[in-house]
Amino acid sequence: MSLNIIVLAKQVPDTRNVGKDAMKEDGTINRAALPAIFNPEDLNALEQALRLKDANPGSTVTLLTMGLPRAAEIIREAIYRGADTGIVLTDRALGGADTLATSYSLAQAVKKIGNYDIILGGRQAIDGDTAQVGPQIAEKLGIPQVTYAEEILDLSNGYVTVKRRLEHGVETVKAPLPCVVTVNGTAADCRPRNAIRVQKYKYATSPSETGKLPEKIQELVKNRPELQLNEWSAAYVEADPQQIGLAGSPTKVKNVENVVFTAKDCRRLDNNDEQIEDLIKELIANHTIG
Amino acid sequence: MANFYTDNPDLKHHLTHPLMEKIVALKERDYTDAQKYDYAPLDFEDAMDNYERVLDIVGEICGDIIAPNAEDVDHQGPKVVDGHVEYADGTKVNLDAVRKAGLMGMSMPRRFGGLNFPITPYIMAADIVSRADTGFENLWGLQDCAETIYEFADEEQKQKYIPRVCAGETMSMDLTEPDAGSDLQSVMLKATEQPDGTWRLNGVKRFITNGDSDIHLVLARSEEGTKDGRGLSMFIYDKRDGGVTVRRIENKLGIKGSPTCELVYKNAKAVLCGSRRLGLIKYVMALMNGARLGIAAQSVGVSELAYREALSYAKDRKQFGKAIIEFPAVFEMIAVMKAKLDASRSLLYETSRFVDMYKLYEDIAKERSLTPEERKEMKHYSRLADACTPLAKGMGSEYCNQNAYDCIQVHGGSGFMKDYACERLYRDARIISIYEGTTQLQVVAAIRHVTTGTYMSLIESYEAQEVRPELQNLKDNLKEMTKAYAEAVEKVTSVKDQAYNDLMARRLVEMAGNIVMGYLLVLDANRTESFTKSAEVYNKMAQAEIAKHSSFINSFVPEQIAAYKE
Repeated sequence: MSLNIIVLAKQVPDTRNVGKDAMKEDGTINRAALPAIFNPEDLNALEQALRLKDANPGSTVTLLTMGLPRAAEIIREAIYRGADTGIVLTDRALGGADTLATSYSLAQAVKKIGNYDIILGGRQAIDGDTAQVGPQIAEKLGIPQVTYAEEILDLSNGYVTVKRRLEHGVETVKAPLPCVVTVNGTAADCRPRNAIRVQKYKYATSPSETGKLPEKIQELVKNRPELQLNEWSAAYVEADPQQIGLAGSPTKVKNVENVVFTAKDCRRLDNNDEQIEDLIKELIANHTIG
Repeated sequence: MANFYTDNPDLKHHLTHPLMEKIVALKERDYTDAQKYDYAPLDFEDAMDNYERVLDIVGEICGDIIAPNAEDVDHQGPKVVDGHVEYADGTKVNLDAVRKAGLMGMSMPRRFGGLNFPITPYIMAADIVSRADTGFENLWGLQDCAETIYEFADEEQKQKYIPRVCAGETMSMDLTEPDAGSDLQSVMLKATEQPDGTWRLNGVKRFITNGDSDIHLVLARSEEGTKDGRGLSMFIYDKRDGGVTVRRIENKLGIKGSPTCELVYKNAKAVLCGSRRLGLIKYVMALMNGARLGIAAQSVGVSELAYREALSYAKDRKQFGKAIIEFPAVFEMIAVMKAKLDASRSLLYETSRFVDMYKLYEDIAKERSLTPEERKEMKHYSRLADACTPLAKGMGSEYCNQNAYDCIQVHGGSGFMKDYACERLYRDARIISIYEGTTQLQVVAAIRHVTTGTYMSLIESYEAQEVRPELQNLKDNLKEMTKAYAEAVEKVTSVKDQAYNDLMARRLVEMAGNIVMGYLLVLDANRTESFTKSAEVYNKMAQAEIAKHSSFINSFVPEQIAAYKE
């Protein structure tokens, strides 16, 4: 069975490598000082999508992202790893969106895509940490949602079976398709970029990027449809101007404060190497130490 | 989040050597593949961009997956289950990553699904993988056995096997036997021809790296009653056909993740590769030359890791109120490690470019006849590759052992414990100066280029290149060293005594190596300033080495050999 799979992804500032100049004086993020990366849990989602594609030949994986035109970079990243194509939803009118406006805009884009079997996305983005966009999109599309997914165990006969990683254990649930599945960072890492695909798709560009390439390459892109990435505007996805961007965002930032970590969390370990090693790994992974 | 390509700008320096433009144009046949394959480069810049992008993937996989797995792989190791190898868990993850990334069959033509990379960027990938886990480099690096199939097998065999390698199947070269190690002429594994033209193999092979691979190249005796190399032929054994089992895996000092197997062939079906009787004298020689370059890359990767581990420890570790790198005894060790690393890497890529040049002409000669000019160039580079390969393998592998030793020394007592990577590195390094021909056998291969003057003409070509004025004194020193080398060669060759000549050979080869690498570093520094320190440190070291060898040769009379004999 061939599937139409949509992967929701976001280009985010790399908050895992924060230096002194990461924040501007007014408390907003200094994006120029932070490299823009593929949101890590969206990569976990992409891997689940690619596994579905491997298991169901003929399937297509389409990456959908909202952001600046340069967000096409993560579409290329996804294509290098095995995705088929992608759409950047980009428009000045979409800027300043909170999770409500973002999920509305993305849901409109999904409707525009139209034919889909499953939508996968990371649990949350590392710049906002809200974990709201995936579930809100499901709401807006009126389809089921499965959150905290660690592995898609099966997809057949119109249902998907998902293992969820929860705080105190795992839970296996079954949901009818189409549905939204948001994937945890504990899921399998995304496969690496592929050497042939990197060479084949390095000129895959959105229209606003293609124009900046040397003429010879522009010609190449023109002759090869697989190198043409989609760039959609708010109007193209028929978004209501009142529900997008700042206008559609009831969330207002009142104040931004620096949080200083203090020791208050206590955990008891047994005296064995395994538990100590696990804790050290955990502390390194969440950047408490190292 | 480490990337072993982008964190090491020295690699790009070597990748962008001026000769690459010619190499890439030859490899890409003036970029005609772009008409047929959507991933072929349009021009030189496009090709270089492709190499960098792919090396970036290699660097990322090495930094994020292979290096972090190295310790567990070393502890767990592979095991034999029902006559076959089961890799360590980390090895399986590593193999899965390099397969998915399409990093197998890197140098194979696109028509077989390969990346059509020249040897130089492929060797660079080997250098990077070796830094991550040199044992794993063995498994991954055996893909260059495909080169032998590409060069010598018939079209049908190429069509059958090369795409499988490009898709990720592993290879092995089954040469060694219990009674045939360095002396491969004694290989006894028996090959018997069948009426249908296929062959059956019977016997035992030993010390076979990755011996349970998917596709084996096997050296076997096809000519009954013969006893020497002329009775040996090369065969391809396909694991899918069955007939070969792994009797045991050796318990080794190092590279524990790389299974070293004893194989039993029981009527194993195989096909002849190339012509009968040319197995050892032609194909294995070609195979070994390629493999030796791979081992030279392995040496450099190990040297790189040793240097990095030592440097970072020496900066962190405080004694007597300061970081130990502040002490001359320590910073000297680290500077010398870096100089040996840079010298061996420079020779590695110089050699790989020579190999690229002559092999490309050889390959083109299959499509059209070469012009007299091209034929001359092919011969020129073939000779240089032949001269530099044993030098790069021999001296590079000794340097990486010295660096691994010094790496532990910098760590002090901590380095002797299992807590730091340097102890694994030390064990892993040890085989590198042994397999694919011991250092002593590299000297045997190299010495004729001392006596026929290949090294001298190479040195003269370096001498003729202009450098910045501040590097001139290094060149002057090298000129002096060259004089001492010429005198030593003259002295040794004027004595007609085989034992004496053999005893002195290592010294002459090392002198040539010191001068060649000394010049290469000066030329590197001329192109990229950051190599200046290494050029200076190596120059001092080379001067002392050459004085030492000169002194030994000058004071030695052939009669003194008696004192060395049991």
